[in-house]
Amino acid sequence: MIEAVLLSIITASTAMLLAALGEVVVERSGIINLGVEGMMVVGAVSAFAVAQMTGDAYWGIPAAAAAGAAMALLFAMLAVWFATNQVATGLALTLFGLGVAGLVGERFIGLPGVGLQPIAIPGLADIPIAGRVLFQQNILFYLSIVLTVAVALFLFRSRAGLRLRAVGDAPAAAQALGISVLRIRTLAVLFGGACAGVGGAQLTLVYTPQWIENITAGRGWIALALVVFASWRPLRLVVGAYLFGAVTIAQFHAQAFGVAIPSQFLSALPYIATIVVLVLIASNKRFMMINTPAALGRPFVPDR
Amino acid sequence: MRIELTPRPQIHPLRSLLSPVLAVVATACLGAVLFALLGKPPLGALYAYFVEPLTEVWSVHELALKAAPLILIAVGLSVAYRSNNWNIGAEGQLVMGAVAGSIIPILLPDASGAWVLPAMMVLAMAGGAAWGAIPAVLKNRFGTSEILVSLMLVYVANLFLDYLVRGPWRDPQGFNFPESRDFGASARLPEILSMGEWGGRANWGIVIAVVAALLTLLLVSRTLKGFEIAVGGASARAARFAGFDARATTLFAFLFSGALAGLAGIVEVSGAIGQLQPSISPGYGFTAIIVAFLGRLNPVAIIVAGFLLALSYLGGEAAQISLGLSDRTTRVFQGLLLFCVLMSDTLVRYRVRVHRRPVLTERVT
Repeated sequence: MIEAVLLSIITASTAMLLAALGEVVVERSGIINLGVEGMMVVGAVSAFAVAQMTGDAYWGIPAAAAAGAAMALLFAMLAVWFATNQVATGLALTLFGLGVAGLVGERFIGLPGVGLQPIAIPGLADIPIAGRVLFQQNILFYLSIVLTVAVALFLFRSRAGLRLRAVGDAPAAAQALGISVLRIRTLAVLFGGACAGVGGAQLTLVYTPQWIENITAGRGWIALALVVFASWRPLRLVVGAYLFGAVTIAQFHAQAFGVAIPSQFLSALPYIATIVVLVLIASNKRFMMINTPAALGRPFVPDR
Repeated sequence: MRIELTPRPQIHPLRSLLSPVLAVVATACLGAVLFALLGKPPLGALYAYFVEPLTEVWSVHELALKAAPLILIAVGLSVAYRSNNWNIGAEGQLVMGAVAGSIIPILLPDASGAWVLPAMMVLAMAGGAAWGAIPAVLKNRFGTSEILVSLMLVYVANLFLDYLVRGPWRDPQGFNFPESRDFGASARLPEILSMGEWGGRANWGIVIAVVAALLTLLLVSRTLKGFEIAVGGASARAARFAGFDARATTLFAFLFSGALAGLAGIVEVSGAIGQLQPSISPGYGFTAIIVAFLGRLNPVAIIVAGFLLALSYLGGEAAQISLGLSDRTTRVFQGLLLFCVLMSDTLVRYRVRVHRRPVLTERVT
């Protein structure tokens, strides 16, 4: 029982965790990309399409990363190179992505998908409970954990990460030091897109291996909230993502226990929880001030 | 290759007037490419999308029917965006407005008389404004992101509507369909011209929308509140020095845009639909964001932009019938249009130069 619950929490969380990891890097570079939902859904449909056509779920993962990055490139061209309003550009990306995914996915509705199979890690897979929950997982779960650690090390323990954070806090100063602000921001946005795309792939390859329109159901937006919740720190994202996963699956378990609440109220829980969490985090002003990238959301136009 | 942006010292009015036109032309070109990719004749598809709906009386009526909510919402959003308050949850405010306004025709089905419709509209505006007030109050009180909160509330509002029409507000004589009872005659927004050669489904919603746009124009250009909004949006620091209360402006922006979205909601359910259903809007609240930007946040230009985006909905339906194009193309189109609008906005504000190779030498002065 406990194994099943933990497994379902992880399965419900991994997509959000992957997308949020990418967005942490993007926002640390001073860009806010509200197009996560759009990149995610395009990744989801690409993964499904490629897995379906090749018959191999693994091909879906690079396809989703490439599709997410391609969407992100569109965003980078506008918001980074041409200094458009980041909020509006991200929204456009979400609307565009939902449209593209719907269009591409039309012919895949109702088709059986190809799911990723779990890989047991020899030796560790036999540990009671933890073995089944953590070490008999699919590759995207392992990827999400490895990537979390990698992003944390990159941001806070590497020279390139320091540069990226400098660009996000004081782009003009970084530029004066000879750092190419626009190049770093472009790369960060592309990485964010690839992560969101792979997050989407988790939905169509693991969570529900089929194509349903609007399969992301706001997960991209919740990922954005998770970034704030984690105060732009990758390791805290894991806690946040699994907490939200728990809230998401609470509705299914509550129904199984016969809790007499209309299902719509339970379905609304993740969204309401997001708002509550945002309030709790934001009310600690000092904490927010320290962690928020100082130049977040402000277009940077290098002057000469 | 490197792109260099130089801010223009002043913005030429003609340039800012032409930029939305440029964006529309660019979108049409991209659309032609998209249609070619989908294996449809590009010009034929563009004709089906943007001209065909204008050639028949009934579809011009449909155009007005769809433009009304778009204009109403976008006009409200323009005030919020002018003041740098990012309300992106108009879809939820529309739904809650429709729910609040429907209290009368659903709970008091026997109510009749001339007071019913105005009362429904007042309730709808209150409902939309109340839903819009949540992100504003949380932003003012705790500093939460109004973007995320207003968006999350869209999902909550949609689920609440779903609960109502499947639960307590389901029509007892409705054969278990998830629909409310049909609104009575007094609760229906009348059509402008239902009979005759020029008759059709368009109702007074479009008139309400145009009046709202003109009143908003007065608000932003002729009142102190409008000035506060403009200053607050252009420079928060300057607004503080002037003694303008940023929190009051935020609350006002959300109440105003929420109320107009709520009004759009009741116009839709009391006009085009005539009852509550699980889904009452094909994403008007999101499309209106594009309308607001295409109209460059100017209420009068928003009227034109609203008709154009309404045309994209209708064109989508027309192209589906005549060319077998998926109606999902419309969403792609709308997204492309917003990209082009934002891009042309940059061309208005900056001089853009493209260098083949990076400039390595520093300019010595």
